[in-house]
Amino acid sequence: MTTPNGDRGDRSPWNWLLIAPIILPLLPFLYNSDEPRLFGFPLFYWLQLAFIAVGVTCTSIVYQMTKRR
Amino acid sequence: MNAHLTEIIVFTVLFLLVSGMGFVAARWRRPDSLASLDEWGLGGRSFGSWVTWFLVGGDLYTAYTFVAVPALLWGAGATGFFAVPYTIVVYPIVFLVLVRLWSVSHVHGFVTPADFVRARFGSPTLALLVAITGIVATMPYIALQLVGIEAVLKSMGVTGHLPIIIAFAILAAYTYQSGLRAPALIAFVKDTLIYIVILVAIIAIPAQLEGGWSGIFDAAQAKFDASPAPGDGILLNANNQLQYVTLALGSALALFLYPHSITGVLASRNRGVIKRNMSALPAYSLLLGLIALLGFMAIAAGIKPIGTDNNTIVPQLFDRMFPDWFTGVAYAAIGIGALVPAAIMSIAAANLFTRNIYKEYLKPNATDADEARVSKITSLLVKVGAVLCILFLDTGFSIDLQLIGGVIILQTLPSVALGLYTRWFHRGGLIAGWVAGMGAGMLMLYNIGNPVTGKLHFAGSAFPLEKLGLDTKMTIYAGIVALAVNLVVAVLGTLIARSTKVAEGDDATLPDHYLADEGDPRIKDLDFTVDTGAPSPDADQDRGHASGPVV
Repeated sequence: MTTPNGDRGDRSPWNWLLIAPIILPLLPFLYNSDEPRLFGFPLFYWLQLAFIAVGVTCTSIVYQMTKRR
Repeated sequence: MNAHLTEIIVFTVLFLLVSGMGFVAARWRRPDSLASLDEWGLGGRSFGSWVTWFLVGGDLYTAYTFVAVPALLWGAGATGFFAVPYTIVVYPIVFLVLVRLWSVSHVHGFVTPADFVRARFGSPTLALLVAITGIVATMPYIALQLVGIEAVLKSMGVTGHLPIIIAFAILAAYTYQSGLRAPALIAFVKDTLIYIVILVAIIAIPAQLEGGWSGIFDAAQAKFDASPAPGDGILLNANNQLQYVTLALGSALALFLYPHSITGVLASRNRGVIKRNMSALPAYSLLLGLIALLGFMAIAAGIKPIGTDNNTIVPQLFDRMFPDWFTGVAYAAIGIGALVPAAIMSIAAANLFTRNIYKEYLKPNATDADEARVSKITSLLVKVGAVLCILFLDTGFSIDLQLIGGVIILQTLPSVALGLYTRWFHRGGLIAGWVAGMGAGMLMLYNIGNPVTGKLHFAGSAFPLEKLGLDTKMTIYAGIVALAVNLVVAVLGTLIARSTKVAEGDDATLPDHYLADEGDPRIKDLDFTVDTGAPSPDADQDRGHASGPVV
């Protein structure tokens, strides 16, 4: 979707950053384990909760970097 | 008289307080007139980041979720935690998609996803299918909100259906009067209460239980070790990982196809509001993850459900762990939490009926005021329908319908979500794909039984791959398989329609329309009709030239 100005499109290399929080939570071999525990939470629970932070970070960066001025 | 008197008083006071807010909401950001769908149904399309955050958060994370997800963990363990990856992957997936939908809807004055499909593919038939799918998927969802309230009432020892009927009558009255402004305003209270309750719960409850968090997980482990069911445990096993992942992904793909999610998004002021919210909404996912763990806390605390209703687990846990007055606050949070999504869902379903059935087929020359009036009445009927569902059908049946809802709403993905990016699909192919996907989805759900409960059909969404002739015990989310069937048929159908020269519908949208933003100078070049609030000849023209030969 390019436009005459070029700067109004939705395309940006930064958008590739959105892939990480989509893929990570869908790979159970990364987190399907009890150990190591963190504050008593098995890996399964604390790592998936930690992926929320990955999602927030990636979407925030993409938003800031692709904001139209 | 009643041991739960304090709880009932606190609950009732808070409930009446927000109901009052619902009526006052009609005056909030008061427009000249509420008599159009832009105002009544989309709150003037003017909500900023904060309002949108509360509104969409209150809309997506429903009372039912807050009651049912912990119940799932309590009963089956790790598989119930899919709600967390589900609500993580959804935002990056829709980050770019929703802003395109917002822009094109802003330019053309679309109120529903079916409006977009009609203009994009020039096919009222396809739009009708999308609208009906949306309405059918939303109805049981509204009914389920009542299940959330019911679980709370049961825990307060309140029985009978009268309280629920009264609650929904109040809800119906203020939604009728204030439209989307009512849930938007109430969402502030609802979410604040929920955040307070959960913060207190995750600090106070583990402190009262032996061994803290570690002890909670160990107690859950011990329970599942002792249970004979094969799929439970605090971790996934080899056979349910695929189900876990496909359910998370499928649910994420479905979430923003639901009409009520789209209503929340279209009500926002500009593209930036949506993008900022995609970064900020995961705060609710964290909340949901912690709420889910209430299920394990209930195990550690030895909580038993009332009768066989697992949904009473969380209310029972609060009752045991909190002082009475705070239990009342927690119950109110869940009860009010049911009202916000129920209001938005009924508005969204009503808008679909009005725009894509009433205006399309019954009264093509309907004015803005007609549309608003029909939507208001339809929103009432939708709620009456939801109450009747609860009164006359088994609760389990509503849950079955909701399960089906997720699978069928996914079948609108090719027309709505892919349609935002490409016009490659032929409307005939999309219709064929929808039919095939629906058929495959229903067939699979019908064939899913549960040996433990002895239920033969519609007992879940985990489809055993064994039934496809594969030599494995693995299961997969039926919705994803149905979507794959849908896509394959849509592609084949498109190729066949092209090669046999079946008429294409006209596309009323231009590439630029998908990029338009609030206050953009280029918008003047477009047939920009929304901000004027007046019925515009341009918009009608659009719909006019979109209605080419009908498939």
